[in-house]
Amino acid sequence: MIANLGFGTLILTFIVSIYGAVAAFLGARRNSPALVDSARNAMLLTFPLLTVTTLTLIYLLVGVHFQYQYVSEVISNSMPVSLRITALWGGQAGSLIFWSWLMSAFASAVALRKWDRDREFLPWVILVSLVTLAFFLMLSVFVENPFVSFWATPAGNLITSMFHPAGTTLYIPPDGNGMNPYLRHPGMIFHPPALYLGFVSFVIPYAFAMAALITGRTDDRWIHITRRWTLVAYIFLSIGLLLGARWAYDVLGWGGYWGWDSVEVSSLIPWLTGTAFLHSVMIQEKRGMLKHWNMLLIILTYDLVILGTFLTRSGLLSSVHAFAESAIGPLFFGFIGLTLIASLSLLSRRWNDLKSTAEMGSVFSREFLFLLNNLLFILLFIVCFLGVWFPVLTDAMGIVGQKVPFLSRIFTGQKVTVGPEWYKGITPFFFGGLLLLMAIAPLSAWKSSTYRTVARAIWKPFAVSLVVPVVLIIFGMQSWVAILAFWLCAFVVFVTLYDFWRAAWARHQSRQENLFLALWHLLGKNRRRYGGYIVHLGAVMMAIGIIGIEFFQTETQKTIPQGGEIGLGHYTIQFTSLSSFNTQDGRNVARAVVSVYKDGKFVSELYPRRDYYNESQQYVTIVGLRSTPQDDLYVILADWQSLSTTGATFKVYHNPLVWWLWRGMIVFVLGTLFAAWPTRESQRVLAKKAVPVTSKAFGS
Amino acid sequence: MRKSIFAFGFSIFFILVFAGIASAQQPQATPSDDQVNAIAKQLYCPVCENTPLDVCPTTACARWRDLIRQQLAAGKTEQEIKDFFVAQYGARVLGTPPPRGINLLVYLVPVVAVVAGAYILFRVYRSWKRPIPLPQSPPTDVAPPPAQAATEDEYIHRLEEEVRKG
Amino acid sequence: MDEIVTEQTEPTEQPEPTERPAQKIIPRWGRIIAWVGLFALLAIVAMLLLRNLQGPVAVGQVPPTFTLTTFDGKQYGPAEMSGKVVLVNFWASWCKPCEQEAPDLETAWEDYQPRGDVLFLGIAWTDTESASLAYIDRFKITYPNGPDLGTVISQAYRITGVPETYIIDKQGKLAYAKLSPFTSLAEIKAAIDPLLGP
Repeated sequence: MIANLGFGTLILTFIVSIYGAVAAFLGARRNSPALVDSARNAMLLTFPLLTVTTLTLIYLLVGVHFQYQYVSEVISNSMPVSLRITALWGGQAGSLIFWSWLMSAFASAVALRKWDRDREFLPWVILVSLVTLAFFLMLSVFVENPFVSFWATPAGNLITSMFHPAGTTLYIPPDGNGMNPYLRHPGMIFHPPALYLGFVSFVIPYAFAMAALITGRTDDRWIHITRRWTLVAYIFLSIGLLLGARWAYDVLGWGGYWGWDSVEVSSLIPWLTGTAFLHSVMIQEKRGMLKHWNMLLIILTYDLVILGTFLTRSGLLSSVHAFAESAIGPLFFGFIGLTLIASLSLLSRRWNDLKSTAEMGSVFSREFLFLLNNLLFILLFIVCFLGVWFPVLTDAMGIVGQKVPFLSRIFTGQKVTVGPEWYKGITPFFFGGLLLLMAIAPLSAWKSSTYRTVARAIWKPFAVSLVVPVVLIIFGMQSWVAILAFWLCAFVVFVTLYDFWRAAWARHQSRQENLFLALWHLLGKNRRRYGGYIVHLGAVMMAIGIIGIEFFQTETQKTIPQGGEIGLGHYTIQFTSLSSFNTQDGRNVARAVVSVYKDGKFVSELYPRRDYYNESQQYVTIVGLRSTPQDDLYVILADWQSLSTTGATFKVYHNPLVWWLWRGMIVFVLGTLFAAWPTRESQRVLAKKAVPVTSKAFGS
Repeated sequence: MRKSIFAFGFSIFFILVFAGIASAQQPQATPSDDQVNAIAKQLYCPVCENTPLDVCPTTACARWRDLIRQQLAAGKTEQEIKDFFVAQYGARVLGTPPPRGINLLVYLVPVVAVVAGAYILFRVYRSWKRPIPLPQSPPTDVAPPPAQAATEDEYIHRLEEEVRKG
Repeated sequence: MDEIVTEQTEPTEQPEPTERPAQKIIPRWGRIIAWVGLFALLAIVAMLLLRNLQGPVAVGQVPPTFTLTTFDGKQYGPAEMSGKVVLVNFWASWCKPCEQEAPDLETAWEDYQPRGDVLFLGIAWTDTESASLAYIDRFKITYPNGPDLGTVISQAYRITGVPETYIIDKQGKLAYAKLSPFTSLAEIKAAIDPLLGP
């Protein structure tokens, strides 16, 4: 019935995508536009087919058809309808279908663009997109099929199968497992789709990069085409990561936003190389340099995206995100290995064609600073990659120590933890370097720039920024590192604002335009540049929040009776009352009312909660949070202790400045949106003053 | 008279001394949650991955926190408690790998990577030629010549150029 | 070094490409290192994937040797284990399923102990001593039990949780692995009896 329709369209899409890939390949080799068009149609066909598949799966989920194994895994009777829809990505099998559906959507969007100028890219873009799609479909069809049902054998055992095995009867469980209660939070509901959107959209720039390598058109045309795709991918990937951080803060009850957990970090890693790529392609467009870097970065990003999807599925790294182990690992590994080898071979063949057509002029030129930027992000990537893989690798390599006794002191095979302490000891240097670059690069000039030019441009905002550390020291801040970090933030802010102001002022002077109008037009004319600056400002806001919480967080924990008090710094938290009740969706809620006093004055009432989910027998704590730009007061009920009016254990965190982290995220995303916003393709150049006509730039 | 005062003072002195010694050896008052958490924060649950001991909700973790509390009450130092946990549960309870054997790599690789990065920058720097002045070729680049200050004209010129390209 | 300056017609390119010695091209040794490094990485990942898929120690292989120091200070190592059928049971006091099988294991031990050629070893995994001793007391366990110091033994056996039981035959090979609690005394006996020999 419905499930058969879903599975049927799934198989059909699989066949269509293989056909499309083959047709594209043959069409390119034999120079046959008909074959290429057929491949393009195949690619377009995948989207409606997979939409049907996805809708059937959603239908099964919403209709609580528990005979289907996937539905039983992720749905329970007590879940409201809206949550049932989001259960599509609540488990392994559904997530893969969802990933494939998104891939087909993006592939179709690419197919529908105007291809007139870039006909030779088309077959290869189709090939790469469809091969990626076919891989994920293969996983769904053969390994993780969400449409398999339960069948009871005469002996009373349960087996799962797509089609009715002989001698068995259909088994319909009375209820399902339901979604992990941790996932029932708005942040968690949108975090996987946002991440997947980000992952999937990076496939498109990669496809164009491969097309460029294969066809030999390694100029910046492929970059120009994929510029917006990269930004779109970046927006979604950033949103996904930011939602994850917010979810961790709200739900996990650690008073923190990022735990350096292996799965967290493995979704950060493609973002790191993606950011480097985003910046580095500007250099290729403007100066024809760093071409090797750009190819390497996009190849890395693509495979890291697939790896990121893999690591949350293979059970290699267990963490908060653990999904059950599955045989999917070898398949993912094989695919990543093959694509990596294929891409690098292509790159190696075209290596000499990617020579720079220009030269760097100086250490202070913008090109050099961008190169430094690439390096810092690559170093961050290496550090994060090492941190994620090191425990697993050393554990596996214990087998060397077992087989070769002489090496057993080195390869002990003992499990180790590479935790936040390690990351926090290394990454701040690189992040500090990036902040410094954000301050210097906007005022650096292309090609030839000396220490003097940069200094002349930068001394004013630099001088103003020095006010900040002075003020901090006067107000008694002790931590030199924090002072340095805050100064760097101030430096970036002042340089960026200065650049806005300088440009607006210049325009205002030259056109006698109102200053604000000048600024407005300026922003509109060069969205990429100024959107980028807004993103940097957002990043600095986030940095301020991070510095606040990392350096100045304080916490306390105490068991107090009703009426009792806990003190933390300027705050006093009084336990006012406790109520306990059951909800309709299968939870038992213990809700405490606490009154918060700052310096003796009442400021707020908070309601930390502890929810007990009956079916999964799990506690989830909901924080009572008071958030101001100055600091957050974060009160949770300890979920491992018994709660009553005679004694409830509260854990209280004081997180200064964390408000800036969340607001900074919003600015970051808005800035990226602004940078990505399409502009009218206006080529008119309005020069009011005389300009040397010999300038080749004005030729066409 | 003086002898008895002396004896009395002497006894008082010894009583005080012994009392002092005795009280110093008494176990401390029950350590507070915060004292326990200060140590538990630095240790990781050996069973559940990547979860620090101070926030782990399982029964086993609660027992380990109690263990820390007992050891603190018995006067053990932070390092002694950490060493105990490592001896009992393995190196994985620590947040960073002990720098021995192959674990040295996790400390060396970042350093090597930074050095390699610096080397790449150095190679790029070395591969430059001195910029040759080319008065005859048209100034297609938009950067202002370093000698002159950036006038408003050139700044606008640069702006327009970037806008056109952007 | 001669410079070759050519005019470019593309407005976005610079008009002065120069012939340079192959400095931007990565030297041969760099490329070889990169490829070797890549293959080494892939090989390592392949190896660890295989190991992950394999799961705990395989039946038929020789399991890792270990020495257990019990809570009363006695040592049980290869010498004490040779020539005997050894049942190694990993448990923890905080583990609810372990409680299911504890009485059956103790009964089985009481039946097999007089024979002299069977040894039961209980290994307390990531447990606290007081809680372990309380558990032993509660179920009146008489076979040797000791803590897995440093989680060395459990890591060698690559266990994925508790309770897990491994039965080693008289020749020292792993004959039986149970990765969940025993459901009955009969199940335990059915696993051990075939290994007892004549």
